[in-house]
Amino acid sequence: MKLEMRDQPGQLVAALKPISTVGGNIIAVIHQREATTPTEALGVQIVLELPEGRLERLLELLREQGVSVVRIGEERLLYECTLIMIGHLMHTDLSDTVNQIDKTGSAEVTELSMVMPAIDSPSSARITIRSTTRAEMKKAIRILRTVAEQKKLLIIEPLEDI
Amino acid sequence: MRVALLGFGSVGRGIARAILTKGLDITVTGLADSRSGIIDAGGIDLAEALTRKEQGEPCGNSRISPMDVVEKAEYDILVEVTPTDVRTAEPALSHIRGALRRSKHVVTSNKGPIALDYPGLRALAEANGVLLKYEATVCGAIPLIHAMQEGLAGNTITRICGVLNGTCNYILTRMAAEGLTYEQALAEARDLGYAEADPTYDVEGIDAGIKLVILANTVLNMETTLDDVERTGITLLSPEALQLAEDQDCTIRLIGEIIPEAGVLRVSPRIVAKVHPLVVEGTLNAVTVEADLAGDLTFIGRGAGSTETASAVIGDLLYIQSRHVQGS
Repeated sequence: MKLEMRDQPGQLVAALKPISTVGGNIIAVIHQREATTPTEALGVQIVLELPEGRLERLLELLREQGVSVVRIGEERLLYECTLIMIGHLMHTDLSDTVNQIDKTGSAEVTELSMVMPAIDSPSSARITIRSTTRAEMKKAIRILRTVAEQKKLLIIEPLEDI
Repeated sequence: MRVALLGFGSVGRGIARAILTKGLDITVTGLADSRSGIIDAGGIDLAEALTRKEQGEPCGNSRISPMDVVEKAEYDILVEVTPTDVRTAEPALSHIRGALRRSKHVVTSNKGPIALDYPGLRALAEANGVLLKYEATVCGAIPLIHAMQEGLAGNTITRICGVLNGTCNYILTRMAAEGLTYEQALAEARDLGYAEADPTYDVEGIDAGIKLVILANTVLNMETTLDDVERTGITLLSPEALQLAEDQDCTIRLIGEIIPEAGVLRVSPRIVAKVHPLVVEGTLNAVTVEADLAGDLTFIGRGAGSTETASAVIGDLLYIQSRHVQGS
């Protein structure tokens, strides 16, 4: 998510401590040098990750520090992971496979490309999953592994840790 | 320095040729293949032995067994390069134990004994005051074990991952480059001598799994067996899957991975960005070591072959010579 605040002396320093207090992780601090529209105030943007349900507490702490938050931009699905599946994807109910991930509520399949070379021969698909947190992504991939084992599908995961 | 050489196949002959052509100060006093042996304290004529072998004859006398060479020949270092048996590790395990009990150093390229009983062999070597070296067991010519044990001493290794099997890498490279099916690429690998008639050991990830066990047990002080390795081979991979990876500037490689802290030992096909240093072509091997002080290091080189494996064995021999062999 993205916090925007006015660029006043002391605001940035005052904003950083509460973020770590609630277990947030700062990804970037963007200092705007000039406003792009007349209505936009000169400000500082902080891009951060926040565990589920901590936003209210963070805003409370920021208010106590005298930091005025101008805008909160919430990007819900921050993490993305692309995998490849090989096997009888249609015959083993592809929509069920996708649904197993979607029904977690915190991770969802956002893209699927499938190649079916011939009837009765295994198909291959590239599947993109997005999630709110790293832990939710790991959970979604665990679910996919279990489903793949039951349906005898081969899952190819990325080399990089999620 | 006197050496007894057990195994006179591709690796053994590569070592003999390197000793001859490089003029190394090494006298071979014992030599054995699976059918015969020679013991000669004055030094065996390697050129003659190579000629006999290449004409299809046994290298020596059929009444002398490899175990006779281990127990009766006079040598400083035993070089054990017989074929690997992953289940029993024999006869190499007995050869190595026999030499260590006689207080002889051992250098081996044989994965079986190191994967199956490294702690036991190391204890036996220590009890007898000798060294056991096994650089050639993992990734052929790449001095990976030496780099981690000596060069990275003091580092904590947090992850090792890499392309540890040249046969699989060749097959995947060809599938990606030419759109071949797995079966077509395997047939090509067989024609070129990169794959065995029974390719199971390579394509099911067993070979890569054994190498992970060796690295885990020798360098990372873990106690693992092949059963601890989560293993998926490449036999089900489709050209379409490689194309789907390609569409995103990625490819698929069989990757062996160890994460000591999480207890992860895993061999599986993985999606890797084509610009990643582990994406090497053909039969090459590549390994990335993540260490706390050094950061990431990637080693790339030839993982198999007669001369390449001989390079690792000779490196071990000269290491022992420079430190431990008296009067050489």
